[in-house]
Amino acid sequence: MIELERLRKEFRAPGGRTTLAVDDVSLTVQRSETVVIVGESGSGKTTLTRLLLGLLRPTSGTVRINGVDLATSSGADMKRLRREMQVVFQDPYSSMNPKLRVVDIVAEPLVTHEPKARGRAGRAWREARVDELLSAVGLEPGAARRYPHEFSGGQRQRISIARALALNPSIVVLDEPTSALDVSVQAQVLDLLAALKRELGLTYVFVTHNLAVASQIADRVAVMKDGAVVEIGPAGTLFEQPQHEYTRTLLDAVPVPDPSRSRLRAARSRVAR
Amino acid sequence: MTTVLSIEKLSVDFELGTETVHAVRDVSLDLAEGETLAIVGESGSGKTATALSILQLNPVPPAVYRSGTIRFGAHDLLALPEARLRAIRGNDIAMIFQDPMTSLNPLKKVGRQIGETLQLHRDVSRRDTRSAVVEALAQAGVPRPDERAEQYPHELSGGLRQRAMIAMALVTRPKVLIADEPTTALDVTVQAQILELLVQLQDRHGMAIVLITHDLGVVADVADRIAVMRSGEIVEEQPCEPLFAAPQHEYTRSLLAATPRLAGASEGA
Repeated sequence: MIELERLRKEFRAPGGRTTLAVDDVSLTVQRSETVVIVGESGSGKTTLTRLLLGLLRPTSGTVRINGVDLATSSGADMKRLRREMQVVFQDPYSSMNPKLRVVDIVAEPLVTHEPKARGRAGRAWREARVDELLSAVGLEPGAARRYPHEFSGGQRQRISIARALALNPSIVVLDEPTSALDVSVQAQVLDLLAALKRELGLTYVFVTHNLAVASQIADRVAVMKDGAVVEIGPAGTLFEQPQHEYTRTLLDAVPVPDPSRSRLRAARSRVAR
Repeated sequence: MTTVLSIEKLSVDFELGTETVHAVRDVSLDLAEGETLAIVGESGSGKTATALSILQLNPVPPAVYRSGTIRFGAHDLLALPEARLRAIRGNDIAMIFQDPMTSLNPLKKVGRQIGETLQLHRDVSRRDTRSAVVEALAQAGVPRPDERAEQYPHELSGGLRQRAMIAMALVTRPKVLIADEPTTALDVTVQAQILELLVQLQDRHGMAIVLITHDLGVVADVADRIAVMRSGEIVEEQPCEPLFAAPQHEYTRSLLAATPRLAGASEGA
């Protein structure tokens, strides 16, 4: 469904210095699969999603979605792909126009892509579709008439998800969708994403720095460092038997919510003794 | 164990126009010498408002200190005039934050600002200040501390800035360090290093730490005792091991249940 082949992206700074943000990445994502891209800041994970979404042009290499090469696709193909592929960002507030009501935020992609959703004539259809979407993400229909600032972070993220689903996409790219949320809210949003995936047969490309979150939702995990994928594999295998040194370092650094398994605590009591 | 800091029946309100938010409600907490007390909670739980009250750093207005006492040595910090408080801030009780740029001045070289903290509270010569600064940076694990002292904050990476802030907080050898989400903005590998550094420095200098965090994984690594806050109240307070092994309050259990864990990761090591 998604094929990335030998993808490279260089950024050139005004001073002439270049940064290789994505370094020779090849990756495929199957239909209805959740591939999680993990990495620390500066690893290139967000740049990779931007290349995949066609928001950035690669320096070299190809991105193919459903067999269509983004670089050589026609305008019509590209428009179709943009319906197929939606995105949810980390900060739901900065990705919404604060002056619009929720109904108009969620309806934006509909108005862009569906003639029948436009104008006064399309209003009834548009609002019915928005109600349907809001209920799918667990919000009350009354939410449609309100503004983004009236909602909590978790609810706003549900609105972002509703908007992403408006056009029945097959692929949803999620860039740190729960990183700004409290843990209890994060758990609810992750549950929602899992339920939506089951119901709608979605394919997820999920970017996160949180390995615990990755381990819970991934079918496969790609570990990125300095622009390159250093290891990729099924979630179970990768977390149980990490092959790459860097994956092990990352896994070891994740604090475990259990004092009896804390390495730092163990090391400290050894010193104290 | 001697108690260094004792918060008793603290209540703090935020008066926001027509609405009053009871940010901290009747909170009592004791901090023993050399221990790490973690205050855990989600956003809006009052954990930061509680910690900022210790040095009266909540912005007034909207904050109003309704009632309570905060005993530190012979003083009630809440009743202390600003001038006396200033002699304690950064000296006996120091603070570090999530974002090091809230403590570091972008216009001053790192070494100079660390030195200012020391000169403000101690009668030290320029040369002694200089060597104390380099020593503090070295103890905070900053490589080539004499060169780093001559750099501006923007020239340092996130992890190094955090270390510089820790050096600044600890240069006066405070008895109490208040750390408000000190590793939240950091990558996990850097977080692990900073936590290790904090416990090392604590073991060396014997300071007590009040750690504010939402991350139960971090708490499991460093806390001796934990207070769980929700809606301005402490719902549960326990030593670390029993809190994780047998949480008493429903909310603590739900927090633990919601904390994502590495599925299938190898046990121990």
